[in-house]
Amino acid sequence: MRAAVVVFPGSNCDRDLAVAFEAAGAEVEMVWHKDSALPRGVDVVGIPGGFSYGDYLRCGAIAAQSTICGAVKAHAERGGYVLGVCNGFQVLTETGLLPGALLHNAGLKYICKTVGLKVVTSSSDFTAGYNAGDVIDVPIAHHDGNYFADADTIARLQGDDRVAFTYTDNPNGAQADIAGILSDNRRVLGMMPHPERAVDAGHGGTDGMALFRALAGALTIA
Amino acid sequence: MKARVHVMLKNGVLDPQGEAVRHALGALGFEGVNGVRQGKVIELDLGAGTSEADVTAMCEKLLANTVIESYSVEFA
Repeated sequence: MRAAVVVFPGSNCDRDLAVAFEAAGAEVEMVWHKDSALPRGVDVVGIPGGFSYGDYLRCGAIAAQSTICGAVKAHAERGGYVLGVCNGFQVLTETGLLPGALLHNAGLKYICKTVGLKVVTSSSDFTAGYNAGDVIDVPIAHHDGNYFADADTIARLQGDDRVAFTYTDNPNGAQADIAGILSDNRRVLGMMPHPERAVDAGHGGTDGMALFRALAGALTIA
Repeated sequence: MKARVHVMLKNGVLDPQGEAVRHALGALGFEGVNGVRQGKVIELDLGAGTSEADVTAMCEKLLANTVIESYSVEFA
């Protein structure tokens, strides 16, 4: 598996994401936001957490217009894999690769803690390492993680089995407890919780590792 | 030409900041405020040849996220 991790000014989970990909056996290259192309042969692009462009205008809005995002969009449209975590999820909704938007947390507070996530579907190369219904512990760290989409979109996501994860105890007001969603072709995953912060015993848990392993399994040529 | 773009969360989209402002107004003794919605104003100083249609395109592509926000533009 070859992975590229995008670095925006203000990204702060880029190296953690690279470490998680590497732990699953990936070769990882970091890509700067001003780059116009992804490295050749990249299977999956990671859009990391952080505060790209200082969250100016709206979280992820400026990043979505960056040069590299044009290449990420083209990669996704060719059927390439993209994983957006936290700010990365916000960027993916702003680019239109995933539906909906992330609003301020309903309680207005920045929340940084480990939460329970229910794996809603194991039917994707990101979630195949879990069983549907599993509850895993993954940290969240966000101020704008309150997933919003209109009722039709929520119904479509649920009907098409595109909700990847839900919160067991909704921390931020997200509609339908949604913590992460998949694209129509199931190759783009956006999620607010940080699986890359749960890949080492030193993190206090390793429940996120199965995501990176499953992806590596699917993207490694046998 | 100048353009002033008003961006607001759509009706039906929860505005927790507006709610917090409403609570704070109540705590200050200002009764009778039934609701507060908070938005933003973006002023554009436009060069010659920039049309109203261009400003609409700017709103659609960047200044507002029409999934959650509505916008209106005043020209002066």
